[in-house]
Amino acid sequence: MSRVARHAMPEQPANERSKNFKEVALGYDAETAQAEAARCLQCPNPRCQKGCPVGVDIPDFIRYLKEGKMAEAIIALKAKNSLPAVCGRVCPQENQCEKECVLGIRGESVAIGRLERYVADYAREHRLDCVACEIKGEGHGRVAIVGSGPAGLTAAGDLVRLGYEVTVFEALHAAGGVLMYGIPEFRLPKEIVQHEINQLKALGVKIVTNAVIGRTYTIDELLGEEGYDAVFIGTGAGLPHFLHIEGENLNGVYAANEFLTRVNLMRAYQFPKVATPVYIGESVAVIGAGNVAMDAARTAKRLGAKEVSIVYRRSEAEMPARKEEIEHAKEEGIQLCLLTNPLKIIGNEQGWVTGLEVSRMELGEPDATGRRRPVEIPGSNYTMPVDMVVLAIGQGPNPLVQSTTPGLETNRHGNIVATEEGQTSKPGVFAGGDIVTGAATVISAMGAGKKAAAAIHRYIQEKNR
Amino acid sequence: MAIVLSKESLSQFVKKYVVEAPRIAKKCLPGQFVMLRLCEDGERIPLTIADFDREKGTITLIVQEVGNTTKQMGETLSPGANILDVLGPLGQPSEIENYGTVVCVGGGIGIAPVYPIARAYKEAGNKVISILGARCRDLLIYEEEMRAVSDEVYVTTDDGSYGEKGFVTDPLKRLLSDPSVKIDRIMAIGPVIMMKNVAETSRPFGVKTIASLNTIMVDGTGMCGGCRVSVGGENRFACVDGPEFDAHLVDFKNLVQRQQMYKGQEAEEYSCGGQCKCLE
Ligand SMILES: Cc1cc2nc3c(=O)[nH]c(=O)nc-3n(C[C@H](O)[C@H](O)[C@H](O)COP(=O)(O)OP(=O)(O)OC[C@H]3O[C@@H](n4cnc5c(N)ncnc54)[C@H](O)[C@@H]3O)c2cc1C
Ligand SMILES: Cc1cc2nc3c(=O)[nH]c(=O)nc-3n(C[C@H](O)[C@H](O)[C@H](O)COP(=O)(O)OP(=O)(O)OC[C@H]3O[C@@H](n4cnc5c(N)ncnc54)[C@H](O)[C@@H]3O)c2cc1C
Ligand code: SF4
Ligand code: SF4
Ligand code: FES
Repeated sequence: MSRVARHAMPEQPANERSKNFKEVALGYDAETAQAEAARCLQCPNPRCQKGCPVGVDIPDFIRYLKEGKMAEAIIALKAKNSLPAVCGRVCPQENQCEKECVLGIRGESVAIGRLERYVADYAREHRLDCVACEIKGEGHGRVAIVGSGPAGLTAAGDLVRLGYEVTVFEALHAAGGVLMYGIPEFRLPKEIVQHEINQLKALGVKIVTNAVIGRTYTIDELLGEEGYDAVFIGTGAGLPHFLHIEGENLNGVYAANEFLTRVNLMRAYQFPKVATPVYIGESVAVIGAGNVAMDAARTAKRLGAKEVSIVYRRSEAEMPARKEEIEHAKEEGIQLCLLTNPLKIIGNEQGWVTGLEVSRMELGEPDATGRRRPVEIPGSNYTMPVDMVVLAIGQGPNPLVQSTTPGLETNRHGNIVATEEGQTSKPGVFAGGDIVTGAATVISAMGAGKKAAAAIHRYIQEKNR
Repeated sequence: MAIVLSKESLSQFVKKYVVEAPRIAKKCLPGQFVMLRLCEDGERIPLTIADFDREKGTITLIVQEVGNTTKQMGETLSPGANILDVLGPLGQPSEIENYGTVVCVGGGIGIAPVYPIARAYKEAGNKVISILGARCRDLLIYEEEMRAVSDEVYVTTDDGSYGEKGFVTDPLKRLLSDPSVKIDRIMAIGPVIMMKNVAETSRPFGVKTIASLNTIMVDGTGMCGGCRVSVGGENRFACVDGPEFDAHLVDFKNLVQRQQMYKGQEAEEYSCGGQCKCLE
């Protein structure tokens, strides 16, 4: 077992970073990266790799890093993961690769995500992730990708490398999906996302923004008159859920998607230099406890809210957000109002939020998911004085594509039904990522994009035979 | 990127733009809209497709200058200029069938978006009665176009400078009360207060009334939830479920309230010097 402790990530101090949008985690320097890489035991049968949804060859890339062979390190990474700078930052590593690392059994696992980020950042800064090292395959045909989130971008990257002509259609004016409009700059700088997208463009991927499929073109038109051999749908889980409690339409109540889109995609934090405004209260309640809720809370704080509380009906142990993000949020002064259930949003005569009525909960018997079910404590209602509420209670699938594509099977939640390989009920149409699984993770969406790319390759080869 | 082909003033605060957008022109139907962003720092705003020419590949936008972006359009978009982003066609197209007799009510800038719908009603075989309202004669737009697709036209102005003095609801009420006229459907587009009053006027007569709602929007694709409106006690997204809804079910009070959300932040001064009640 390694006797050296896992190396901490240098960070901006909490009191400074809670006032700016610069990245919180600063990244390892060369020395720390080397020292952390040296902790890896180079297991012949690496458990860590099995924990990674795309099967990154972890010992290999770490060995190259240790040997100072940075070009080889990035090639090893990119062989399985086309967005390492993104995954190194936002993957829930503690539940994936790092959870399985053998060092974690009795001590602390290797900081795989941080090393992945280090290699990807190094490669970007030193222009090592060159286009020339990419090999072109023999495939020929045209593939349309719908949606430019991690699923779509990964499928696009793999297919263009296989030799296909690939066009990505994106409804918004910028490519990247949640990486651009959802995850804030302080966790994932937009410059990094754009760099990855530029790499894909350099490989020959065509990106058409402002094209909403189901409206501008339908799937049948893409396969018909537009002449595509196959289509991959990666439209994500963009449709915000509401609680259906009183007061949700008051002014000052946002769905997290709107709040984050205004700030990230539209850069409302620079208003009035940019034209899109965003409202910020003095005292903000964010309902929900996932990554989206943490991002919304920390964003509100950065925009000047004095008090920001996470309102969640279960306890801290059940919070679905990454541990690291919860810690970061707490350090930045975000309050956790746990075992607290929102009942109604209260407003004034002008229609603005003035409070959130909640009740206290206690944990009862475990429910179907094995989590202890929160039960209301009778008579425990009280009103939190807040002037802004953000709802971050999950997102469902946007129905635009499904409702305009005859023959495309969906499940009762409206998600597209697809096999492990991404095949849908419609020939030539593949799907993957959040649109199939419901809101999940960046890396699982990428894994789905990857499998679908392979399936599309087989499908087109078969068709051309 | 979309190129502006022509620009024309229709009234003091209203301009008409013909924009090259072949893909949108090919697909769009009456009642649909586009989202547009002028420049990198610009806001995304929704605008109805007031007309389209599938052969020439153009769409027509009629824009009232009320704030930041719409004024910037007026100042910077000369023929030959580029609009950075135009997304569409968005929203559900109007339901067009042969209903019998349809009354199309357009108020102020709302006359422009009602025009392609009125034309489609006419083409579907309906008798089209149009009621056009404006604050004064100079602010009345699209009268010629509307006359060309209507069987009857009534015009009202608030100050009586043209047509009948009063509101669009006056001739509407007369028509609804006239036993010799059977009205099968009403389509209303205009300021929220006008649409609300049209709905209240027709409610006792039980005539199906449709309104096109101009909520604040961000993406226009159903992703942000900012355009939600309460219809029949249920929240619907104007950008994907609408923008047209059964006016008798719309919570107009909430719509007006939600439109005020950024009033404090965005310049309060309107080009009409605040006299125009068009935004209320
Ligand atoms: C605020 C927030 C924070 C998150 N934090 C994390 C995290 O820390 N770690 C993690 O692993 N995951 C995180 N997630 C989840 C993760 O971002 C998603 O699981 C992932 O982005 C899903 O990828 P996707 O490619 O399936 O879809 P998306 O990223 O949602 O991309 C879909 C794209 O398709 C476009 N689109 C939709 N409909 C159409 C159409 N009809 N035509 C054309 N284009 C269309 C959309 O505009 C969008 O750009 C977070 C999510 C959010 C919202
Ligand atoms: C589906 C739809 C179709 C539309 N079609 C047209 C059209 O064909 N022609 C046209 O001139 N306008 C149309 N509008 C309204 C137009 O989108 C707004 O006038 C525009 O967004 C205002 O932008 P701005 O930057 O100029 O004003 P801002 O500076 O953003 O705002 C000025 C004032 O207007 C209010 N406001 C902002 N957005 C809206 C809105 N959507 N509706 C009402 N008030 C608003 C603000 O609260 C503010 O007080 C449409 C709106 C929708 C939803
Ligand atoms: S992609 Fe994610 S899960 Fe896989 S190795 Fe990298 S950080 Fe770990
Ligand atoms: S399991 Fe841990 S120690 Fe073993 S190869 Fe993977 S990262 Fe290295
Ligand atoms: S404008 Fe965002 S959901 Fe309608």
